[in-house]
Amino acid sequence: MEQNHHIDWKKYLIVFLFTAGIFLSASYISNYFSNKKVDQLKLIQDKISIDILSSETQFSLLSELSCKNISDSVLSGELGELAKKLEWGQENLGMTDTVLYLKKYYSLLQIKDYLLSKKISARCGKKAAFILYFYTTAENCSECEREGLALSSLRDKYPELRVYSFDYSIDLSAVKSMLKIYKIEDTKLPALVIDEEVMTGFHGVEELESKVKESFKLQEVKPEKETTTIKK
Amino acid sequence: MTSFSEIVFYSLTFLSVYVQVFFLITFFENRKKIVVRNGPIELKDYPKVTVIVPSWNEEKTIDKTVQSLLSLNYPKDKLKIFLIDDGSTDKTWEAIQKFSEFSNVKIFHKENGGKHTALNLGLEHIETDFVGCLDADSVADKESLIRIMSYFEKDSSIMAVAPSIVAVNSKNMIQHAQEIEYEMSVYIKKMLGLVGGIHVTPGPLTIFRKKVFDDLGPYRHAHNTEDMEIAYRMQKNHYKIEQCNDAYVYTGTPPTVIKLYKQRLRWIYGFINNTIDYRNILFRKKYGNFSVFTVPSGVLSVFAASYLFGKMIYNLGNFLLSKFIEYKTIGFNFNFNSDFLDPFFINTQSLSFISMLLFVMIIFSIILGKKMIDGKWKFSFNIIYFLVIFSVIGPFWLLKAVYNTLLSRKPAWR
Repeated sequence: MEQNHHIDWKKYLIVFLFTAGIFLSASYISNYFSNKKVDQLKLIQDKISIDILSSETQFSLLSELSCKNISDSVLSGELGELAKKLEWGQENLGMTDTVLYLKKYYSLLQIKDYLLSKKISARCGKKAAFILYFYTTAENCSECEREGLALSSLRDKYPELRVYSFDYSIDLSAVKSMLKIYKIEDTKLPALVIDEEVMTGFHGVEELESKVKESFKLQEVKPEKETTTIKK
Repeated sequence: MTSFSEIVFYSLTFLSVYVQVFFLITFFENRKKIVVRNGPIELKDYPKVTVIVPSWNEEKTIDKTVQSLLSLNYPKDKLKIFLIDDGSTDKTWEAIQKFSEFSNVKIFHKENGGKHTALNLGLEHIETDFVGCLDADSVADKESLIRIMSYFEKDSSIMAVAPSIVAVNSKNMIQHAQEIEYEMSVYIKKMLGLVGGIHVTPGPLTIFRKKVFDDLGPYRHAHNTEDMEIAYRMQKNHYKIEQCNDAYVYTGTPPTVIKLYKQRLRWIYGFINNTIDYRNILFRKKYGNFSVFTVPSGVLSVFAASYLFGKMIYNLGNFLLSKFIEYKTIGFNFNFNSDFLDPFFINTQSLSFISMLLFVMIIFSIILGKKMIDGKWKFSFNIIYFLVIFSVIGPFWLLKAVYNTLLSRKPAWR
C-alpha cells in the first residue's frame, strides 16, 4: 500500500543542472548574437568614418570638383540607420561599455558630418539644412520622446534635412563643447538649434516645419516608403 | 542594473523550464514502461467492480454513458453499475429508469446535494472491492476498465488508477484547443504517475480499491472538486495512484468560452483551495514528489500565468500610451516600417531563446501525450488554437480564481 514516496534528490539535481545548462547556453548564444550586432554597428561606424574622411579629402580637392557633385555625394547617408540601430542596441543590449563607446563615436561622427556640411555649404554657397537636437537619457524626459517623433516625421517629409541628435548626459568633450557653444542647459531640454537659433522645450511638427521651410527653403518630398526614427 | 521585475521574470522562467525538464527526464527514464496495447487483453482474475454514475440534468448524455458501461469488455457478473439521479430537474430520472431491467444495474434517486453526495450514496451501497465513478457526460472505451484493472493485478500496492481522458466531438476552435490540452494532460499525468505525484483522480472512470474509502472516509464537497481532494487525501496517507494511458474515456468539452471559463474557474479554484486546505503537506519529504514537485509546480503555474498576464497588460498599456503620444505629436503615421526585414532587429536576448525552447517542450509534450494515447507520432495544427486560446483566456480564470479565493467566494458549478 505504501506509495512510492521516495524522493530521488539526485534527479532533482540533474534536472537543475540541465536547466542551468539551458540558461547558460541561451546566454552564450545571446552574447554571440549581441557581439555580432555590435560588430555590425562598428562596421557601419567605420563606413561612416571612411565616408566622412573621404568627403573631407574631396573637399580639400574641391578645386578639382564641382559643388554640384559634392553636395550630391559626400554626406554620409548612413547616420540615420546607425542612430536607429544604436537606439535599439541601447534598449535591448543594455548600456554596456561597448554600446556607450559606440554612442560616443556616433556623436563624434555627427559633429564631423555637421562641420563638413557647414564647410561645403559655405564654399558652395548653399545653405545646409540641419537641426541640432539635444535630449537627455539621464532622466525621464517625455518631451524629448515627443520631440524625437516630431523630428523623425519632419525628416521623412524633407529628406534633405539633417538632424544631428546629442545626448546631453554623454560624457564626451566634443559634445560638451557643442553644449557650451549653444549655451544648452539640462533644465531646458529638449533643445533645438535651427539656423543658429536655440529653441528650448517641445516644438510641434507644424512649428518646426514652417521654421525649416523659411530658413532653408526646403522642398517637401512626398512620403517615402520607409520611416526612420531619431533618438529621443 | 537588473530590476526586481526581471529577477521575478527570470526566476519564474527558470522554474517553468525546470518543470518541463523534469517531465522530459522522467519520460526518458521510463519510456520503455509506457506501452499502448492495441487489442483486447485478459486478466488472470476479474475482481468485482462497481461503477457509480452520478447525474444531474444529464438527460441528453446519460444514455450513451450507460450503454458504454454495458458494452465494456469485462465479465457482466463482475461489473455493477449504480445510476444515481442527484435531484435532476429534467428527464434524467426517466432516462435512468429504463436501465433498471439490467441485472447488474441499480438505480437511485435523491434530493440534489452535489456530486459528492451522489457518489457517497453509491459508496454506501457497494459490495465490491473496487469502485469507480463515471461522469454522466463521458463515455468509456470498451477496453478501458480491463486495462485499468490490469494495473491493480500487476501491483497490489496501487490504490487508484486514472484513465486517459480524450476530448471528442470537437466542433469549434475552443473545443479543438481543449482536445490538445487533454492530450498534453495524458503526458503530464503519466509522468506524475511514474513519480507518484498525481494530484487528481478525475471523475471519468478512475477506479479505486474500496479500501481507500473504508480507510479515509467518503468524498467531501472540497470546493466542488471532490476528485482532487480525494487524491490529496490519498497522497497525504501514502496511497499509490497510477495512470493507465491506454484506458480511454471520451468526454465532451465546453463549446463556448463562457462555459470553458466557468469549468476552469471551478478547477483552479478547487486546486488553490485544496492546496490551502492541505498546505501542511507542502515541501515535506515524507509526502514525496507530490509534496515537493506536483503541488509546487501547480502553484508556480498560477503565479507565472498571473505574472505574465500582468506583464502583458503593462506592456500593452505602454504600447498604447506610446501610440497615443505619437498620434498627439505627429498624427496618424501610415509609413511602412521595414525594420522587421533587417535581421539586426530580431530579439536575440537569452529569454527569447528560452521562451522558444519552452514552447518547443510544450509542443513536444503534446505530441508525446498523443503518442501515449494511440501510439502514433502526430502533429496537429490545433496546437496553435491551444497555445493562443489558453494563453489569452487562461489568465482570466486563474486571476478570477485567485480573486475568489481572496474574497472566499465560491464559483458556481455551471
